Amino acid sequence: MSASQTVAATRRGAISLTGVTRIFTGAAPAVDHIDLDIHPGEFFTLLGPSGCGKTTLLRMIAGFETPDDGRILISGREMQDVPAHKRAVNTVFQSYALFPHLNVEQNIGFGLKMQGVKSPERKKRVDAIMELTQIGQFAKRSAAQLSGGQRQRVALARALVNEPEVVLLDEPLSALDAKLRAELQIELLRMQKRLGMTFIFVTHDQHEALVMSDRIAVMSKGRLQQIGPVLDVYERPRNVFVAEFLGLSNIWPITGHAGDRATTPLGALAINEPCQPGALAMIRPEKIWLYNDTAAPKDRPNQFFGTISEAIYMGAATQYRVELAGGQMVLAYDTNNQAAERSWRPGEKVAVELKPENIMLVQP
Amino acid sequence: MKRAKTEVELEAGRQRRRLMASSGPGLAWIMLFLILPSAVLLGIAFFSSDDYGNPVMPLSTQAFGQVAGYSLLGWDPGNILVFLRSLKQAGIATLVSALLSYPLVFFILSQRPSLRPLLLLFIVLPSWTNQVVRTYAWLELLGPNAPVSWLGHTLGFLPPDLGMAPGGFAVTTGLAYNYLPYMIVPLYASAEKLDWTLVEAGRDLYASGLRLFWHTVFPQTVPGLLSGIIFVAIPAFGDYVVPQLLGGDKAMMIGSLIANQFTETPDWPYGAALTLIMLVFTAAGLVAFRVVSQKVGGAEEAAV
Repeated sequence: MSASQTVAATRRGAISLTGVTRIFTGAAPAVDHIDLDIHPGEFFTLLGPSGCGKTTLLRMIAGFETPDDGRILISGREMQDVPAHKRAVNTVFQSYALFPHLNVEQNIGFGLKMQGVKSPERKKRVDAIMELTQIGQFAKRSAAQLSGGQRQRVALARALVNEPEVVLLDEPLSALDAKLRAELQIELLRMQKRLGMTFIFVTHDQHEALVMSDRIAVMSKGRLQQIGPVLDVYERPRNVFVAEFLGLSNIWPITGHAGDRATTPLGALAINEPCQPGALAMIRPEKIWLYNDTAAPKDRPNQFFGTISEAIYMGAATQYRVELAGGQMVLAYDTNNQAAERSWRPGEKVAVELKPENIMLVQP
Repeated sequence: MKRAKTEVELEAGRQRRRLMASSGPGLAWIMLFLILPSAVLLGIAFFSSDDYGNPVMPLSTQAFGQVAGYSLLGWDPGNILVFLRSLKQAGIATLVSALLSYPLVFFILSQRPSLRPLLLLFIVLPSWTNQVVRTYAWLELLGPNAPVSWLGHTLGFLPPDLGMAPGGFAVTTGLAYNYLPYMIVPLYASAEKLDWTLVEAGRDLYASGLRLFWHTVFPQTVPGLLSGIIFVAIPAFGDYVVPQLLGGDKAMMIGSLIANQFTETPDWPYGAALTLIMLVFTAAGLVAFRVVSQKVGGAEEAAV
């Protein structure tokens, strides 16, 4: 056990996974030797494409699946022999899983009732959580009479009312429309900060992960690709998968280097990081500077000339595809905060500048 | 001014005619097999009976007096006891078949999907043989010279030389056995569609064991259970073969009582009146049951 695990083990709401593995018969491991420490009170996101094992991992923490190997510690306690109904963990299901034969109030009070919390106390806690999640006026309605957003709130309230050590959320917003989703993201985040509970949030939506998380673990094919604070994972992806999953990127292989310049299909690139063999050069489109071809500042490295081949206006920004003289394509974003003269049409000549500090090295 | 019919009106007319044409056979069926016999039954019940039990003029309500227990010898509670016994036997048989069905249904569902139709077939298969044959088999199994009765003799709750059949216990057993498939099939249909995430939600919210079943599984099977109750209780209430063969004199049920009025001691108006009363009670029971079950299990339907 590492030192960080020992510290985490003494704290309520900490989760520690060591070598956790789950293999479904006749398939590659769904979860493959995951080591992970989640801190108390953290908003932690498991991000990955569907089938990457993130939901299976969540279900093992909840107790619905048993790991084939490895250990799970919640608040420092070994969970191997603890069944789901004895874990101080509550889940917000993707489908909400509200009990159709109970009304909103009864749904929320279910967990307390099962724990033997008596009526006056139970009612007080249910009322308090309904106020917090703004569903008090629906108390007597059945789940079938609620809209998607309201059901989502009920599902959340049903988990929070038990004051669990950890709240697990399995793509809870995926069924909602974009506007409601954005509202609930912020609300969920505020609620989590206010209650100070550990939230483990599963999503395949990189934008959602970026908006909400303290830290993100990116998963692919049952393995962790990268764990870190949002900013790190987005700005300094470790490999091509993480770079591409978290957003648009320009990636070029490095075939060699001459002095401090890396050889790439674009030509020689000045890079701030020391070159590693087999690494690729990555730059996010919004970090690329665009100029009229005659207006590019002199005496700066990594300037290339080309023609706009595509311009997609997206409201806040415009996405350009620039074809360089050598035939390479560069994807660039330009925020539309400038006057109209600083926008380009297909066919116009431009210069692109890749500042060395914005170029990251990623592993394949 | 007369205007031409619009295309919408024409289509509505066509649809009305199609509807009438397609519902014709159904209406004819109902007329022939429901309305007509019921009308005959209703008619016969209001005749008097002659010395051979045939319906004759004048019209009278004498048969209904007989149903209530009045005869030349004064009032007798026999019929009411038969009615209550039928109700009790049907109730117990329904309860027993429901209690047996739950474990059976979930056992079948726990098997791999390719095996399930076969197991269901095993449950339905016996009902393809004649009910009389199967009921006779129970007579053998529960008779004085069978192991079940020996056990009763040894433990002392059954006098020597007597069997578990004939008697009330044998009738309950026979009814529950006969109508078990009619409980299992609808229950299976609703259990098959069970939303297991609700069960997971229950476990997540600290429920386990029987409480988990009661709060997350059982409510989802209520629609199937309600259908099963109707499919079992109604035919069990009016069953004739089982009480006739397994019941003996002291376990007569309403089905046998009615049959007697057309065979052993004929009295057609009395038999018709008994049948009518049974139908009325069954229909009233069904309506009451629907009202109750909609309150209990229809929260979802009511909401839509």
